[in-house]
Amino acid sequence: MSSIVAPDIAPTRKHEWRTILRHRWPLRLMHWINLLCMLAMVGSGLQILNAHPALYWGEASHFDRPLLATQAVIRDGELRGATRVGGARFDTTGVLGVSGDARGKPTSAVVPGWAMIPGWRDLATGRRWHFFFAWAWVINGLCYLAWSLASRHLKRDLAMRRVDWRSIPRSILDHLRFRHPVGDEAARYNPLQKLAYLAVIFVLTPLIVVTGLSMSPQMDTGMGWFLALIGGRQSARTLHFIAMAAFVLFAVVHVVMVVYAGPINEMRSMITGRFRVRYPGAETLAPPAVTDSAETGARP
Amino acid sequence: MSRDIQVSRRRLLRAVAAGAGMGLLAGCDALSRKQGFIDVLASTEPLNRRVQRFLTGDRLAEEFAPSMISPVFRPNGSIDPQTPEYLALKANGFGDYRLRVRGLVERPLEFSLEALRGLPTRTQITRHDCVEGWSVIGSWSGVPLATLLDAARVRPGARYVVFHCFDDLAGDGGRYYESIDLVDAYHPQTIAAHTMNGEPVRVSNGAPLRMRIERKLGYKQPKYVHTIELVDGYARMAGGKGGYWEDVGYDWYGGI
Repeated sequence: MSSIVAPDIAPTRKHEWRTILRHRWPLRLMHWINLLCMLAMVGSGLQILNAHPALYWGEASHFDRPLLATQAVIRDGELRGATRVGGARFDTTGVLGVSGDARGKPTSAVVPGWAMIPGWRDLATGRRWHFFFAWAWVINGLCYLAWSLASRHLKRDLAMRRVDWRSIPRSILDHLRFRHPVGDEAARYNPLQKLAYLAVIFVLTPLIVVTGLSMSPQMDTGMGWFLALIGGRQSARTLHFIAMAAFVLFAVVHVVMVVYAGPINEMRSMITGRFRVRYPGAETLAPPAVTDSAETGARP
Repeated sequence: MSRDIQVSRRRLLRAVAAGAGMGLLAGCDALSRKQGFIDVLASTEPLNRRVQRFLTGDRLAEEFAPSMISPVFRPNGSIDPQTPEYLALKANGFGDYRLRVRGLVERPLEFSLEALRGLPTRTQITRHDCVEGWSVIGSWSGVPLATLLDAARVRPGARYVVFHCFDDLAGDGGRYYESIDLVDAYHPQTIAAHTMNGEPVRVSNGAPLRMRIERKLGYKQPKYVHTIELVDGYARMAGGKGGYWEDVGYDWYGGI
């Protein structure tokens, strides 16, 4: 992006649309497998949490002082949802602790049915889902890592370069101003995006896998070093939950960014791989948004 | 006009998202009701067992300092069995209790509590992990299962150890049972525990004798055990899945 002024002669060439191949097919396929696995993991994970909706810190559960607990209580003859965070207590009727069943009648399901797999209390089936999709997710993730290394996707598209570090402040401003990148810059990941992806791949993913494994009494015979590091199995369970929440937060921001950056173009780039990039003509940099009128300028 | 298009497009996107969400939920629920699909999901269970055993071998579960023992060892499942045979034994302070070892063994055996207390004892302070997610730490003393099996001399065809219990958790006249393979049976921390935190095991925690199988979740460590049976398979027993909770859909491995 530069602001070098060079007079443009042809008025029809204010800007130019180019279609590029943004994501190759293995990446697109793995992206959607990843989404499927993550939905299954979060839903079944909440089912598992629902069996004992309290989190603790340390090796064992101190039932009288959870970090976070939610339960159904009867107050003034009414079923209410109560959630405890440390020493503070909140009424969370309708979301946590108590929510309406299919007929709207309050039930004491701690996690609402729509957020659980299956939608009713069934720990055994929830565990089946969780452990199946855990394997699928990990294998998919390893394939992604192998492909990203082999195809140089990691090095070329994701690795932070010196210029990325330097342009972080500007990227933050661009995001705050809702200013869309154009040209070659639009075809690349911006530094904040790179950092988010790298954090998910190299921090959150290992964390959620290791904390998940270290809840297994069999695995713990060989993972004492990890439990010693974090304080014990109940710490692992809490961190597993926090990592899940971070994944969900990432996914929400990710979807918001897709909608904000042009949902159709972005979705197409992850389905067919084709992504349309606007290259500005020299005389104008002004209208940033992908508009319907620009659609006609598409070139395969 | 263009605003109308934007609004309707937003509405469309929202409808598509909501529809996809509802469809996904309904789909998951429908799949969860199909036994064939659950069987597909369950196909990773042997993978868990093999990979986890490969990675950890026959290492011991961590043992803790006495200061780590939980103030209350939270009981779960049966906490006060009401079956007639159990009530009769309990009324007598378990003086008439006998642990039987039978099945595919050269020499079926019977032990009174006194006899069990006289055998070599292992004491371990370990963490108990419930399938629900919570953990408690307790101290257990008992006879290594390997000692009992060696005394009874396991016959070559035996592949599993089944534990038969006094409690009727479902209240349908059946009895709790569990099974493990010989890998877990001969693990040094697999003990038939008669003592918890220095006292005879309480009724809520499985009196007079419960299994401690430290690399398993709580439901794989049966309480109120009266018979240890060596078998070559468990398919013809009760629900055929090798345990009370397995018969209602839980995994037999129970190590994660």
